[in-house]
Amino acid sequence: MSNTLLEIKNLKTSFRIGEEYYAAVDNVSLNVNKNEVLAIVGESGSGKSALAFSVMGLHNRAKIEGEIVFKGRNIANLPSKQMNKFRGNELAMIFQDPLTALNPLMEIGRQIDEALILHNKNMPKKKRKEYIIDLLEKVEIPRPKHVYNQFPHELSGGMRQRVIIAIAIANQPELLIADEPTTALDVTIQAQILDLMRELKDDLGSGVILITHDLGVVAEMADRVAVMYAGEIVEIADVETLFENPQHPYTRSLLSSIPLVDDAQDKLHVIHGIVPSLKNLPRQGCRFSARIPWIDESAHEENPELHEISPGHFVRCTCYKHFYFPEENKEEQNHDTAQS
Amino acid sequence: MWKFIVRRLLITTPQIVLLSAIVFILAQLMPGDALTGLIDPTVKQERLEELRVQLGLDNPWYIQYRDWVAGIVQGDFGRSFIYKMDVTELIGQRIVNTIWLSVVSVFFIYAIGLPLGIISGRYNDRLIDQLITGYTYIGFATPIFIFGLIAVWIFGFVLGWFPTGGSVAPGLDPGTLEYYLSKIHHVLLPALSIALIGTVGTVQYLRSEIVDTKQRDFIITARAKGASESRVYNRHIFRNSILPIAAFFGYEIVNLINGTVLIEQIFSYPGMGNLFLESIVRRDTTVAITLVLISGIGAILGALLSDIILSMVDPRIRIK
Repeated sequence: MSNTLLEIKNLKTSFRIGEEYYAAVDNVSLNVNKNEVLAIVGESGSGKSALAFSVMGLHNRAKIEGEIVFKGRNIANLPSKQMNKFRGNELAMIFQDPLTALNPLMEIGRQIDEALILHNKNMPKKKRKEYIIDLLEKVEIPRPKHVYNQFPHELSGGMRQRVIIAIAIANQPELLIADEPTTALDVTIQAQILDLMRELKDDLGSGVILITHDLGVVAEMADRVAVMYAGEIVEIADVETLFENPQHPYTRSLLSSIPLVDDAQDKLHVIHGIVPSLKNLPRQGCRFSARIPWIDESAHEENPELHEISPGHFVRCTCYKHFYFPEENKEEQNHDTAQS
Repeated sequence: MWKFIVRRLLITTPQIVLLSAIVFILAQLMPGDALTGLIDPTVKQERLEELRVQLGLDNPWYIQYRDWVAGIVQGDFGRSFIYKMDVTELIGQRIVNTIWLSVVSVFFIYAIGLPLGIISGRYNDRLIDQLITGYTYIGFATPIFIFGLIAVWIFGFVLGWFPTGGSVAPGLDPGTLEYYLSKIHHVLLPALSIALIGTVGTVQYLRSEIVDTKQRDFIITARAKGASESRVYNRHIFRNSILPIAAFFGYEIVNLINGTVLIEQIFSYPGMGNLFLESIVRRDTTVAITLVLISGIGAILGALLSDIILSMVDPRIRIK
């Protein structure tokens, strides 16, 4: 228990559309330990980023219910004045798009400096500059003294992402939330950034929430994985278990969607349909049922819950027991293609 | 930075030369010349020809253009045929009045527009924003001459707070404190009228820029650093939102210098606008082309000023 850094209990984040509130994150409970990487995976719209923003308190007009316990203190709905003491200090975030996440009118050095000024008021200016140049070196930016005075538009995407990482780790955060940190980067840079993040994590001993839809990144980085679908966690397990023994139909569909190089496939496996929008979320029953129409209704639970099927491995809804891919059954497959 | 400004200045020179040529050719294309409407019809044709030769009006246009430009370079813009005095002398005091009115108006435009725009953008869709936006719609819909007339009537005639005409009270010696106070007193009402109507564009522009910038990713970065709301606004949102308005500053000034015609008429303010209207109606060519040339040069310099300001505030435009 003492190892737990962050504990989220029954978190529900809702947005107002018109007169009603719709939950983008629904009844999510999870915990992150020190020096652990928890990956959250799911398609676009599954509520991953909404979850991260809830933890950081960055939602503007959202209703947040439930508890977000960080180091024993509930930080959900904390007034922004108090939240600002955590943000950028013990809690930090790395963003998705390095091209837009930096202020275009501010020198790199000053942008990092801001994080220092806000949380280390006593550090003299000269020392801060030295520290920032060290920090730039740490995130492997060449010629840090030069970059200190440069503007974002003078740096490449990969370099800018390193700057964003430098901002995030400036105050040695205990919990680092990375919201698709490599999505906007090309593949070679992705690998470098992931290596860098892993090194820094080991260095600082921070807990990391890694949000991604790239299962390759998950396999490389994560200790545990939570799979989200339509605002809910549908499966959570440690990374080996999840890749070797996935249970929930959604997880299995995601994993089988990865094309394999050594396995000549004629057809890329796809998941039928799309993530339902906030407004069209099914209010009852298994939220994934609409995307596996060949599975009999009776396989789903009426109020799907997380079942612990082995220590630390949770799966939502009983439908996993009855799930099969339509390809495994010729008749079902024909039926399905006729439908689409 | 300096290189950028010098380069920009070098581009400006041919612009001004071209402008002067166009203005001159346009004036030449007008029917008749300075002597047509001026001389007694009983004067003999031979005498007119003689005068034309004397004034150089029989020369081909490029020679006339050269003479005209040579005059301008020496500060000689010719004579007004209506007022029978040098154009420089005629325009001199009026141009100072117009520039003074414009500068005070610009000051009020930003003094009113910036705070309103910031408040409106920061608290968008709240009551205060709706009130400010309501004001901007009224401002857009109200013609400046109607607003000016109402202002003169209420504050000039009924309440008597401000003078209703002129640029300074008569009988004051230039250079004394009373003289300057009187100048300020005379300029306040027309300048405020211009500003209250003219600022609504600035308010709306700034508002929409702020609303836009608020949703940019780097604002989330700033919040994620733990920056307070006021810091986020002052250091990140405002600075980025002000760029297009700063870029527009030069044009704004020029627009005003050219656009005070109506207001000068309503407030009987002795500026260039009045003179310009009059010179066109009465075919006082030398005055008209001088004024066109001046406002053209003003427009070019305004664009230059805007570019220089933008290059100072936006690092992406700086040229190394």
